[in-house]
Amino acid sequence: MAGIAVSTVINGDAVEYLCQPDEPLLDVLRDRLGLTGAKEGCGTGDCGACSIILDDRLVCSCLVLGAEAEGRRIETVEGMAQGETLHPLQQKFLEHAALQCGICTPGFLIAAKDLLAKNPDPTEEEIRFGLAGNLCRCTGYDKIVRAVQDAAHVMKGA
Amino acid sequence: MNFDPRYSGRNFTSVGTRPIRPDGVDKVTGRARYGADFNMAGQLVGRVLRSPHAHALIKKIDTSKAEKLAGVKAVITAKDLPDLTNGDAAMYDILDNCMARTKALYDGHAVAAVAAVDARTARQALKLIEIDYEVLPHVTDVDEAMQHHAPLINDAIFTEGLEEKPVKPSNVTKRSQFGHGDVHQGFGHADFVVERSFKTEQTHQGYIEPHACVASVSSDGTADLWVCTQGHFVYRQHCAQLLGMEASKLRVTSSEIGGGFGGKTHVWAEPVALALSRKAGRPVKLVMTRDEVFRASGPTSATSIDIKIGASKDGIITAAEATLRYSAGPYAGSWAEIGAMTAFACYRLENVKTVGFEVLVNRPKTAAYRAPSAPMAAFAVESAIDELAKEVGIDPVEFRIKNAAQEGTKSSYGPVYGPIGIGPTLEAVKNHPHMKAPLKKNQGRGMACGFWFNFGGQTCVDLNIGMDGSVSLAVGTVDVGGSRASLSLVAAEELGIDYSQLKAIVADTSSLGYNDMTDGSRGTFSSSMATISAARNAIKTLRERAAQMWDIGVDDVVWEQGHAVAKGQKHGNLGKLSLKEIAAESGKTGGPIAGHSELVADGAGVSFATHICDIEVDPETGATRVIRYTVVQDAGKAVHPTYVEGQYQGGAAQGIGWALNEEYIYGKDGRLQNPGFLDYRIPVCSDLPMIDTQILEIPNPNHPYGVRGVGETSIVPPLAAIANAVSNAAGVRMTHIPMSAPRILAAIEAERQG
Amino acid sequence: MRYIRPLSIEDAVGQLAKAVGPAAILAGGSDLLVRMKGGFVEPDLIVDIKSIAGLSEIRETADGFSIGAAVPCAVLGENKVLKQAWPGVVEAAKLIGSKQVQGRCTITGNLCNASPAADSVPALVAAGAKAVVVGPAGRRTIAVEAVPTAPGRTSLAKGEIIEAILLDKRPPRASDAYLRFIPRTEMDIAVVSAGVNLTLDEAGIIKAARVAIGAAAPTVLLVAEAAEALVGRKLDEAALERLAKICSGACRPIDDKRGTIEFRRKVAGVLARRAATTAYARAGGK
Repeated sequence: MAGIAVSTVINGDAVEYLCQPDEPLLDVLRDRLGLTGAKEGCGTGDCGACSIILDDRLVCSCLVLGAEAEGRRIETVEGMAQGETLHPLQQKFLEHAALQCGICTPGFLIAAKDLLAKNPDPTEEEIRFGLAGNLCRCTGYDKIVRAVQDAAHVMKGA
Repeated sequence: MNFDPRYSGRNFTSVGTRPIRPDGVDKVTGRARYGADFNMAGQLVGRVLRSPHAHALIKKIDTSKAEKLAGVKAVITAKDLPDLTNGDAAMYDILDNCMARTKALYDGHAVAAVAAVDARTARQALKLIEIDYEVLPHVTDVDEAMQHHAPLINDAIFTEGLEEKPVKPSNVTKRSQFGHGDVHQGFGHADFVVERSFKTEQTHQGYIEPHACVASVSSDGTADLWVCTQGHFVYRQHCAQLLGMEASKLRVTSSEIGGGFGGKTHVWAEPVALALSRKAGRPVKLVMTRDEVFRASGPTSATSIDIKIGASKDGIITAAEATLRYSAGPYAGSWAEIGAMTAFACYRLENVKTVGFEVLVNRPKTAAYRAPSAPMAAFAVESAIDELAKEVGIDPVEFRIKNAAQEGTKSSYGPVYGPIGIGPTLEAVKNHPHMKAPLKKNQGRGMACGFWFNFGGQTCVDLNIGMDGSVSLAVGTVDVGGSRASLSLVAAEELGIDYSQLKAIVADTSSLGYNDMTDGSRGTFSSSMATISAARNAIKTLRERAAQMWDIGVDDVVWEQGHAVAKGQKHGNLGKLSLKEIAAESGKTGGPIAGHSELVADGAGVSFATHICDIEVDPETGATRVIRYTVVQDAGKAVHPTYVEGQYQGGAAQGIGWALNEEYIYGKDGRLQNPGFLDYRIPVCSDLPMIDTQILEIPNPNHPYGVRGVGETSIVPPLAAIANAVSNAAGVRMTHIPMSAPRILAAIEAERQG
Repeated sequence: MRYIRPLSIEDAVGQLAKAVGPAAILAGGSDLLVRMKGGFVEPDLIVDIKSIAGLSEIRETADGFSIGAAVPCAVLGENKVLKQAWPGVVEAAKLIGSKQVQGRCTITGNLCNASPAADSVPALVAAGAKAVVVGPAGRRTIAVEAVPTAPGRTSLAKGEIIEAILLDKRPPRASDAYLRFIPRTEMDIAVVSAGVNLTLDEAGIIKAARVAIGAAAPTVLLVAEAAEALVGRKLDEAALERLAKICSGACRPIDDKRGTIEFRRKVAGVLARRAATTAYARAGGK
């Protein structure tokens, strides 16, 4: 099976890679590019731990083929902080203890970033439904929702 | 080294504050490395072949075609994991569970494994392994497995704990009994008796991170294992024993762990990965798929429970009795025994009897799940208590207050309680605004209590003071939910320094003495005790060094707020020496300064919680919605209150999922039908309301700061609290967990039709 | 295995027609990749249709709407005109999967996956939607209910691709609604579902109706008798009762991991009733 050459942009950087035709983008990110922030919790789009933003759309990278990324823009958790400065969502997740084990955190951060980009002032219900594609088994979501509310507040003020 | 663990009632500076956890930034930037995030040079991909049958004899395995496939570097079966367990039945079960030896005992039981250059080749190789099975009759239901005509899972099992030794083998491995008094007599004094049977379905811990490890075995008999686990020292012992290695030559590093909740306390894939690596001569990475996690890790027991409770008309329980049947998977465990111990632990009872039956079924080997066995027993007991309160005509909170255990009560499982929190949690619930909030149509309120023992166990901590005065803390209990933060707070408290001066890590098995695993809510309890002890040992050295620097006797030096202070009039002009100043001179005063502690943390204080919840039921569809939820729990002392709240909220959320939707569904063919997050439905964000918490602090007399474990108790009350709320909302008593919409609607319809 | 990204529908059809081994069409991939991950399908050829001109667009035509086969469901929700005309179809499409899946999944894929529990299909059937099928023999337009023939099976021949889904232009006083029952609030497959599409006259009398039930038979049920029970009357309590009873009676459900026969039957009626009430109100009925 011949590899497919793909040129794409990840977190603002031009990236080229070879992948197999049936290889999920998640595997490309993790195994070929060393971007292990996106996690595989299920591989079937049911947990959201592998969430990335693909051309301004939130997607599960386990449900995208690596080959499909040709000519597109990918954002992952590794691109959220600017140098030493954390993104307000990252900062608020820390302050609110919105993570316990942390395995779902990259997916939540990316999903919350997408949510706030589209709806900067969400209600609690909008946050809850907006993040319903991301499973967390540790927190009961309470502190995650509060962290997103607080981050939204900070980002509006900025 | 005489460490005094007694509660001292001190005032705290660091403990009780809420700083950001030391591993936090790595976790929000994607840098933290979990089980599957680690790679070694030349690493192969391991994959496991699993039985599609619930129960089958393995007559023949032919791996020759797989071995010949280009890119395959090793294929193993049970033959490659010879029995070295030397009569240790529990270890033999672990071995057999890792790789079926003569029989496949459940759908998903490992039967062979391969290591290949990539995942595709490994997958292809699995398809080339030919297995000749003789399919046997199976049983997956706990009640059916107890029937005398049920298919026998292990013909060498004769029920333990019976008065007469049985003559025939059985799926019931053990009968255990607890209690005191005379229940027969007690029921004779009852004016009201409630008798009911309950069922709970099997659930999974549902951690988001699948089991993952990288194993590297060298030809010189040493090995490395990187793994997500709740207890790397225990994994080392088990792997070393199963593979015939010396424990000290196997270094196990615990990765960041993406959730465990009891499910990462047992080895499944790790011995297989080591065996593959040994055979292939290369490192092997083995990551379970989600499907494999559900089919072949360690879910909790399914149960069937009968309860009988009697009370006098003034609301005092006169007798309580429970018969509890717990499924164990195909290997013996102690799950029913724990259920029988916890069932009535909240109450002060003159006459109580509980009997547990441990039952083998063709399902995966049961593992611990957060306060293992307690939630099901509490569901049954607390449901019956609610019903009894109603019959007696007393408010359910008042009824429980009247009968609550207190200091000095002989518990239903034996020991006499010290100071405990059941009464205070009930009083707090009674006065909570939640209890007075109005309910709308089709809404019901429920409350319930829960108990968990908490454990202590073997613990070891190293505290090293750098020459710049910064402190590194190496602990051996895996951090599952923020314990590095709480242990840093404890060290900062004891040393009298700022939290920011410390960095806590989880050390690997070659860098620290043995630690029991992070289970039984012991992580912060036991490691904080060892941290205090290590810090006190370090302080002793710090005082000695200060004395040396001042050239006075060590007895004249005390440690106050992070400084050595010379005591008494004669040293009045000496000022203070900070930890930093003493550390800077350490090279000249005797070398590095450290404190160590190796101890068995005894006296884990028992823990109680009371939960309140409001549920709305759609009477036309049986759909439920959680409207409001409140957790009240005793923490002893909340070291990092935010993470304590997190434990309360997380346990409640897991309990809500268990109560309403989560269940293992087996087909008639004995195969698991829902091995994925789509149909094994853990709560999503939009399913839940905010979960309010109230932390009570009734100090544990056996811990210097009064700390009790907090991790597990929070999952004990929800099943019952929700069942009581649903029953109040729907007007019909729910006795089968999960209370899925079809079950609720069927119950409502049955009630309507009388 | 090959992955190709044709630029024209003719090229895609040609590649699929001449494929020797199993071939798969990739739009959103939210079903295909799951099946590949589970080892249930191993296509020799994956045809990604997202680069084909026009397939990622929603077009307003003289007759109504043409929704390209590669349009993600999230885009349907963002189209105000479509949402105004066919709120039931859009709400059904918006129920498929999570936000993450919404950014990828398509109603055409949902239809071709041929699951009896597909969310958008009962709404499309109730809407009287049509599918434009392109194949080696040319173009044809068929009713959406003619596409799935059994769980996992469609009437599409080798080489055929659905290019677009067509929805009619709306007359005044017409609307639709879709409801499903799921155990959670999100991320579930419908246990049972109902789509109702109504057109009223000026007096609020139902002139035309289509009622479809999902997850209650091997394919989505278009319940003609339920529609007949509504036409020619207002949506009063008696009509709703009748509707519920007919829908419950029309079900041919199974017991499975998601629900029981009794539950599906009962709740099909409840959902039909509730969906009809919503559709009626949306159409301006009082």
